[in-house]
Amino acid sequence: MSHAPALRYPIWTGGRDVLRAEWTKLATVTGPAWLLAAVVGLSVAVSAAADAVTRCPTGITCSVDTVKLSLTGILLGQAVVAILAVLPVCNEYSTGMIRVTLAAMPRRPMVLAAKASVVTGLVLVAGIFAVLGSLVTGLLILPGHGFTAVRGFAQLSLTYGPTLRAAIGSVLYLGLIALLSIGIAAIVRDAAVSIGLALGVLYVFPVLTAFIGNQTWHDRIVRYTPMAGLNVQATTGLRSLAIGPWGGLGVLAVWALAALLAGGLLLRLRDA
Amino acid sequence: MSSGVLAPRRPDLRPDRVRFAQSLRAEWVKFRTVRGWVIAMVVAILITVFLGIFAAGNVNIGCQNGPNGPVLTGKACTPKYPIGPGGEAVSDSYYFVRQPLAGNGSITVRVAALTGLHGGGGRIATGQSPLAGMTTGVVPWAKAGLILTSSTRLGSPYAAMMVTGAHGVRMQYNYTHDTAGLPGSVTAGSPRWLRVTRSGDRISGYDSADGRHWTLVGTARLTGLPTTVQAGLFATSPIYTVSTPGAIGSTNQSGPSQATAVFDDVSLRGSWPARTWTGDNVGNGPASAGTGFGYFRRSGAAVTVSGSGDIAPLVAGPAAASPTSTFEQPLAGLFAGLIAVVVVAAMFFTTEYRRGLIRTTLAADPRRGRVLAAKAVVCGAVAFVVGLVAAVIAISIGLPRQRNQGSYVLPVTTVTEVRVIVGTAALVALAAVLAVAAGAILRRSAAAVTAVIVAIVLPFLLAATVLPVSAGAWLLRLTPAAGFAIEQSIPNYPQVSNVLSPAQGSYPLPPWGGFAVLCAWVAVALATAYVLLRRRDA
Repeated sequence: MSHAPALRYPIWTGGRDVLRAEWTKLATVTGPAWLLAAVVGLSVAVSAAADAVTRCPTGITCSVDTVKLSLTGILLGQAVVAILAVLPVCNEYSTGMIRVTLAAMPRRPMVLAAKASVVTGLVLVAGIFAVLGSLVTGLLILPGHGFTAVRGFAQLSLTYGPTLRAAIGSVLYLGLIALLSIGIAAIVRDAAVSIGLALGVLYVFPVLTAFIGNQTWHDRIVRYTPMAGLNVQATTGLRSLAIGPWGGLGVLAVWALAALLAGGLLLRLRDA
Repeated sequence: MSSGVLAPRRPDLRPDRVRFAQSLRAEWVKFRTVRGWVIAMVVAILITVFLGIFAAGNVNIGCQNGPNGPVLTGKACTPKYPIGPGGEAVSDSYYFVRQPLAGNGSITVRVAALTGLHGGGGRIATGQSPLAGMTTGVVPWAKAGLILTSSTRLGSPYAAMMVTGAHGVRMQYNYTHDTAGLPGSVTAGSPRWLRVTRSGDRISGYDSADGRHWTLVGTARLTGLPTTVQAGLFATSPIYTVSTPGAIGSTNQSGPSQATAVFDDVSLRGSWPARTWTGDNVGNGPASAGTGFGYFRRSGAAVTVSGSGDIAPLVAGPAAASPTSTFEQPLAGLFAGLIAVVVVAAMFFTTEYRRGLIRTTLAADPRRGRVLAAKAVVCGAVAFVVGLVAAVIAISIGLPRQRNQGSYVLPVTTVTEVRVIVGTAALVALAAVLAVAAGAILRRSAAAVTAVIVAIVLPFLLAATVLPVSAGAWLLRLTPAAGFAIEQSIPNYPQVSNVLSPAQGSYPLPPWGGFAVLCAWVAVALATAYVLLRRRDA
């Protein structure tokens, strides 16, 4: 392959156009809008349900992390984010659109970068609403269930450092899940297999940690798999965590980046 | 067609079952000729086996033989548990104040008080009496009353009438049977009278709130009871477990406890040749360590009996005194395998739409319900085989591994073992059929795969990790995840305090009940798919 064009034009040449193209593809079908609404709606609904069923009866010391509890819905929201991220990539292959796309923009990694930017941008916006909505459910429901200031549960507030970290971290978590899913989709190309892999990565490790008897392996799974990113929601008992909040999100970021790089590389190497 | 001269039959006039067989064959060919799907099925088996063995068998069990003895690991640490008359592992430890009873007879007693001590879960320093630092309070399943047993051998058949800490009067026999009598706790103002009578191999338990009006609580038939049995007073108190909802799931604390009962007005009928009471620590509970947990004292007509332990079936989880595991534990990897099966099953329908093959399929067989049925049967059958092979391999490698590592695998009957393995295969098959139906309803593979995975795996995840036990139980009653109950080999005994978490193998519904819930979901999904398939253009 000739490297001449890369010398003459900067790497971001055509970046605006390809971003606009990807934006147009997403914005002109109804699916993504519905999925974004589902990210917010389902996250808030599950968070509200989790808050509604958790009580701290008088006379018992509860060690509930109220912030993490109020963000339970992110566990479902991430599944919708995975669909939202996988479809724009896999639909290109199933419809044959990928050949048009690559004819218009032969710099293949750029296409993936543009897709990732547009999808992740949308997910981050939806994530802000999902997280804020979830925290509001906690704010409204939990004080009535025994989680009162008198018993050591301060009102949920973004002015409190750890709560703010959990909120921002959860939004970023959803963004990273989008990037991870896009990477997986670029590697696998098929929607069903991609979504299966993405959900497998997201759900199997937490289930496994619930079963595993060996503490060392339990901690290793929590520390090194994408589920580490969920630790960013923790606001209490940080010392007992296998990995800290930002460290956990960093592990997820490494996974997402690795998936994207592998996807980008395969996109360059394989025929479309 | 060879006999075309006599009967020029058109294909659509052939009997339905022939047409269905053809559809089945067509779908089977579609399935087995896609190499990726066949590979995915093999991957489903491998990943289920690997993760299951990894998660269940990966424990470090260490123990010490005596306070100054060598430190042992693995199989040398496997505890020995008595086996009850029903074949289940049991705990059988209590303080027994006994006399032999020859032939038929009865014993009646008044229970004046039941008090207790329990630990808060804190560790006890070496050399310190476990009783030091314990708090006053009767644990809910502390038991004291009358017991009649064939012998003091552990695991022997028995029947007992007892007062309990928080569950009123109970009649229990042979470890697993439990019948409620008078409600309410024993206090100075409301003592309880208990009576046990033996007539042949029938043991009847009675209770009374005033010593004059008696109610029959239950009758137990203990087959093979010897002529002379041991009968008398007992007290025992199980491990005290507290579960608090915590930052990451629930945290469980446990420690020993002690129950002390005051009896008076002991009256005996029949032939009691010894004429004197003997006190015994039965079993190897905390009482046997000579720590002051088990004793009896007489002062006038009153007898005080104090004991620790339990007479109950053994369960896995926090209530178990030492590491126990269950028969189904090596199946923990099933979640990962299920995802692979669900992906293929959903694609089995959705790719027909993506490639336009659905139009050919429906042209070849215009009865759309038959196409749906053929796909469901083929996919379900393949998934059943995948589940069966995965379960058999995982269990046959996983269980010996668990045993070698020193974990006590709670014994179950062969019927239960078959139910767990075949049930697991059926669970995988139903999940596959659910995914086929979801594929027909949603037509989009990503949506169908996500819907089924979220419906089956997420409720389990939420119930096992995030939600409090009671709320998680509702998820496991209502969602398709209820089907995992088919894997539970040790029943939830109401007479044993335990944390009923799915991660410990406990489901709120009985095995077939949970399975029925999953079947209902599959039926609803198939019916919806059928209606939509007929109504919509392909």
